[in-house]
Parts: sequence; structure tokens; C-alpha cells
Amino acid sequence: MEKENDEVILLDYWPSMYGMRLRVALAEKEVKYEFKEEVVGGVKSPLLLKMNPIHKKIPVLIHNGKPICESLIAVEYIDEVWKDKSPLLPSDPYQRAQARFWADYIDKKLYAPGRKTWDAKGEEKEEGKKELIKSLKVLELEALGDRPYFGGESFGFVDIAFIGFYSWFYTFETFGNFSMEAECPKLVAWGTRCLQKESVSKSLPDPYKIYEIILTYRKHFGLE
Amino acid sequence: MAEVKLLGFWYSPFTHRVEWALKIKGVKYEYIEEDRNNKSSLLLQSNPVHKKTPVLIHNGKPIAESMVIVEYIDETFEGPPILPKDPYDRALARFWAKFLDDKTAAMVNTFLREGEEQEKGKEEVWEMLKILDNELKDKKFFVNDKFGFADVAANFMGLWLGLFQEGSGVVVVTSENFPNFCAWRDEYVNCSQVKKYLPPRDELLAFFKAFLSAASASASASTSAKK
Repeated sequence: MEKENDEVILLDYWPSMYGMRLRVALAEKEVKYEFKEEVVGGVKSPLLLKMNPIHKKIPVLIHNGKPICESLIAVEYIDEVWKDKSPLLPSDPYQRAQARFWADYIDKKLYAPGRKTWDAKGEEKEEGKKELIKSLKVLELEALGDRPYFGGESFGFVDIAFIGFYSWFYTFETFGNFSMEAECPKLVAWGTRCLQKESVSKSLPDPYKIYEIILTYRKHFGLE
Repeated sequence: MAEVKLLGFWYSPFTHRVEWALKIKGVKYEYIEEDRNNKSSLLLQSNPVHKKTPVLIHNGKPIAESMVIVEYIDETFEGPPILPKDPYDRALARFWAKFLDDKTAAMVNTFLREGEEQEKGKEEVWEMLKILDNELKDKKFFVNDKFGFADVAANFMGLWLGLFQEGSGVVVVTSENFPNFCAWRDEYVNCSQVKKYLPPRDELLAFFKAFLSAASASASASTSAKK
């Protein structure tokens, strides 16, 4: 059903892997929205502080003035509201539970060690790298397997949960000094496959641009 | 015939959430107590990724992570709804459930650890309590005045937090510093939607007192062994 008077705003920051989830979900549903940029590390806007007073973080989806915080929760919201097009979660409750399980795993096991590859030094950095690779391999083996997508034959919730990390692969492997292709070839192939979808290709930034801002960050903090 | 098994720890708030949901729906299930020091092969096979309880096994198929299981129970079995119908209310329920669930590590650090880890844990728990104290002012349930998903997730804060305080002697919450939270908590453990489903407080307290003193005894033993 066309909702002509819907006002959808996305508070987001272009390199955010979490924001990317919402961009892809909204694109899958062909929902028109206004992208409002918040620079993470800059001064937080009054709109952000009003819409996410508890965490004060992006992304925030604002639908007709009402905020939805936490990216995976917002993706489920998008799936439930714009339910007539491109289902993101499977219809079977057991498959849904598996999808939520893996999305939770992605949320808990990747960000912190991934960050250590570019924000830490010495032993801490090495530990982060090892942990990241270990968790990525679990994802590759147990969640993806030999299927084209995490959702099976079609792109779905877990693919959306993970796709933002794909744009950070170059940053992780360059600063972490390892090769994603060597460690997790199926994940790399999966990412390339997803990029053939317009909803993904127009939502993800150029991985090299992410690398560049992290390089700037590292120079600023004396990590280079 | 549908077969439902639950692998859990009787003293765990995470296992309790799942049992609670099953009872709300009137689902018959077989409960299997696990030993944290000797996990069964069934548990390890059913949750190879995390190797943790609770795990629900429905017709041979396992589901892990307590609130994921609660949603599964809500979607699969007939009975009173646990999540609301409206998508915005559902998002709010999930938001608060996640907020409450994300503080587990900080809670463990506050009551079971020492030194710097404990201090960091305490800071995080304090910040969480400030937010809850503000949110729960004059509120009985998290979303729309109706008992549901977030209130199930709140069992840790509603009951177990107090038990950890009493059992460890580490005091973070008082009615002076968090009056609204305490008012909510006292109502929570006594209200009809919650009270009949809670495990016996005395038994839990005795368990945690023993557990926490054993944990700190082994921590001091390893500290003195290092000297």
C-alpha cells in the first residue's frame, strides 16, 4: 500500500556499517527518505539528542516524527511497516529465530575486534585481528555455508546485518595486515554478489574512502 | 506430537525468561538442568557457537539466545501475546529488551569481579540505573502500560540485581539514589503478571551467596598464590 504522506528521515553517518543496514532496507522496500548526515566525532545535533536521548548514536530512523533506534530493530520495523514488498525476514518462525540469532552474533562479535585492527597497537591489535578472523570464519562456515546468501537463495535480514561490514573489509585487512580473500574467500564472494543488487550498490560507500578517513583518524591520533 | 525441551540453569535469569514465556503460553516442555562445569553433549551440539544456556529444542531443532527464543515462542504457540501488535510498540519493546540485555557483562563485572573491572562495571550499571530511574517513573510496564516482551527481559533487573547485591555485599541500588527504579522493582516482583512465575527468592539468594563467596575465595586464593 502506498503511503503518500509518510515522512521518513534517516539520521546517519556515511561510513557507518549500522547506518548502511537501514539504507539497504529502505532501498529494498523502495521507500523514499531524507538522509540527514551526522558526523560521528563532531558535535551532536539537537535532532539526534532529541530522537535518541538514551544512546545519542546514529543511525536513527524517524518515521512521521517518531524515532526508532538500534539498527536491527529499525530494520525489523521497516520490514513490518512496508510489508507488501521484498520481505526481509523469512516467514517461518524457526528460520526467523535463526536469522535473529546470526544478526545478534554479528552485532556482538565483530565491531570491537574489528576496531582494534585500526585503533589499537601491538598485542591488543593482534588479539583483535585474531578474534575478528575467528568470528568471521564462524560466520562463513556456520551461517553462510555454500549458499549464495545468508538468507539462503535470497538476500535477507542477516545479509543486511552484515553487508555494511563488507565495505570495511579493506580497512580491516590493510591496517590489520591480513587478506580477507585468503582468510574468508566465501565472505568476499558473497559481498561481490550482494553488490550486484542496486539496493546495496547505491547504499554502500567506496571502501577506499572508508580507509582514507581511518587513515586520517590514525594520523590525528599518532597511530601512523 | 510437538516435543519441546529446555536446557538451562535453574538459577539463571536467561533460562527463567524462556520458562516464563513457555508458561504464559501453556506449553508442555521437558526441562533439563545443565551443569556449567560439565555441559552435556546435547547442549554442545545444540549451541555449538556459544555453548551456553538457555537452549530451546522444538521438534529436534535448537534455538539459542533468550530473547530470540522468547520471540520464537510468541510466534509459534497460541496463547496471550508477549510482543505487542503495533510495529512502533514492537520496536519500543525490542529497544528496551536490548537495553536491559546489553548490561549483562557490566552486571557480572560489578558483582563478581574486583579492581578496575569492577569499577568500570559499576560506572556502567550506575548509568543504566539513571536511565531506568528516569524511564520507569510512575510506570508499571515498559510499553503502553501492558505487560510484555521488555518486562520479561527486565527479570534480571527486577529480581536478580537485588539478589546479587545481597549475595555479594556490593551495594549499588538504594531507594535514596534510585527511588523510581526501586518503586518499579517492588511493584514488579509483586504484580500478578510476574509474581507467580518467579523462582523462589530464598533458594536463589542461598545459591548466589554460596556462588559469590566461592568466586571471591578462588580470586583471593589466586591473588595470594601470586604474591
